[in-house]
Order: sequence, then structure tokens, then C-alpha cells
Amino acid sequence: MATAKKAATDDGMITQNDRIKLARQFIEAIPHSRALGMRLEEIGDGIAIISMPYDERLVGNPATGVIHGGAVSALMDTCGGAAVMSHGDAPVGTATIDLRIDYMRAATPGQRIRARAECYHVTRSVAFVRATALDDDDDNPVAAATGAFTFQRAKGA
Amino acid sequence: MRKPEPVQVIKTRRDAALRGLVESVPYIQYLGVQFDRRGDELTAVLPYREDLIGNPLLPAIHGGVTAAFLEITSIIELTWSSQWADMEEGKLAGDTLPPMPKTIDFTVDYLRTGLPRDAYARARVNRSGRRYASVHVEAWQDNHDRIFAQATGHFLMPTRDDG
Repeated sequence: MATAKKAATDDGMITQNDRIKLARQFIEAIPHSRALGMRLEEIGDGIAIISMPYDERLVGNPATGVIHGGAVSALMDTCGGAAVMSHGDAPVGTATIDLRIDYMRAATPGQRIRARAECYHVTRSVAFVRATALDDDDDNPVAAATGAFTFQRAKGA
Repeated sequence: MRKPEPVQVIKTRRDAALRGLVESVPYIQYLGVQFDRRGDELTAVLPYREDLIGNPLLPAIHGGVTAAFLEITSIIELTWSSQWADMEEGKLAGDTLPPMPKTIDFTVDYLRTGLPRDAYARARVNRSGRRYASVHVEAWQDNHDRIFAQATGHFLMPTRDDG
């Protein structure tokens, strides 16, 4: 499973800026996210935006230079997990249960891909997420995703 | 009656076709996915590497890596099985690659943590029509009985010149 945990932090003591900084350090320390050059753009209240640069190593179709769907999946999964972790109920961990990705069009070669994920509902132990991936053309998403993630609450929470 | 082809000729032809398919895709090379062939049956192998990790604390393979591994396995199986007949008849042009199917949607079911070791996957084409195909794929690690992820995907088949 795709899992993530973060250290318990004292919410009362840290500002929103610190939260973003911590989340950025956390996400950018994930070996595979770092290998793909992922960058956290925004995070908070169950919404995360993460971008990934175009990279020739990630090409899936050598004839067109289009990025492989698998790399877009990696971005969507990371972004979905980050959105869950930033939910106001402050989970201590999350793991992907399932993730469906719809590929609407090929990402334009050479452009950065930006994923925006929103954790739109949580129960005691499950988080529901939807996400979209965009390149420079904001009006035509490259891909859309929906997923269910585990929602691990702190003991006694 | 025609004399059967020598086994080595057949193997060389099949291995070359498979290698051509796999080595042409940069992302497959980047992840290091290899394909084991027994007759027409393919098993994808993902050798473990540290930069495939998604959770350093457990540690566990990144869910995106698992998804990508399953998607690669599906696309290669689909391309391989749809070009099999042409390949056997020697109709494949050696240096031109067959057009790849495009993923319409892909749903991954994460059943267990992906452990920091090699993973294997096999895909089954459940339906392959002129335009659309449906593929199911399963991945496991140490025990084939303990599937750690499975997926179903739908694909748009490339249009054939002679179609």
C-alpha cells in the first residue's frame, strides 16, 4: 500500500507557514517522489497541489514524447495522500485503498504536470479523495482520479 | 508437409520482438521493469531499488510505482498478445514498433503493503475488440498466493492500417 505517516506535532504552537514547510519536507523526503522531482505547491485543509517536471526518462510513447500514465499515477497517488494528511482532523497516517484514474488526453510534452487533490469526505477510518492533473492548459485536464484512502486517527482521538 | 522451424529460430524471433517492445519505452527502462517469457506467457519483474520507496518508515514501495508497474504490464501484454499472430507469420517489420494502446482508465486495488523486494505481475486480456480492450493484472512478491495489488484497465486500441 501507498502509506504515509508523520510525526505528531503540537498544533497550537505552529503556524500555517510551518505546516506547509513541514509537509513540503515530508513529501520531498519520499524517495520516489524526490526521484520524480515532485514539488509541493500548496497544502492545507484537505487540499494539496503537487507538481512534477517533464522528464525524458518518464516518456511512455517514444514516437510522441508523451509522459507514461504510470508517472501521472505516481503524482496523483502522492497528491491524494498529501491531501488526506492535511485534513483538519489531523490523521497520523494514511494508505491508498484504491485509486482510479481516467486519462482524458495526453499531457503536452515539455510541460510541467500539476495535480490538485481534495479530500472531500472522511469517516472514522476512511478518506475519500478526488483529483485532477493539469498541464499548461488549465481548461482541459490531462487526467482525473478518485480514490479511497485509510484514515488513521491518533489513539483516543 | 512443411518442415517445422528450428526451435532456436522461433525463440530468437520472439525474444527480439519482445525486447523491441520493452526497450523502446523510456519509462519502462527507468523503472527497470523486465519481462520473462515462456512461450506466449509473460511475467513482468520489477527489481527492488531504494528510490522506488514511498514510505521510508515502513518501508514500503510507492503506490504510484505499483500502479505504474501494473499499467506497464497491462500495456505490454495487450500489445504482445495482439501482435502475436503477425509475429509468428513473420509479418512484423523488424525496426518499426507497433503503435501502443492508449489507457482510457486504470483502477488499482491496493491489497497489501509493497515490501522492499522484487515484485512480479501477470496480466490477462479479458476482452480485446477492434477499438477497446479490457485487461486485468495482478502483482505479487514472495508468494504468488498473496497478491499485493491488482488492477483493471480499459484501453483504446491503435487503428490498424489494414483495418
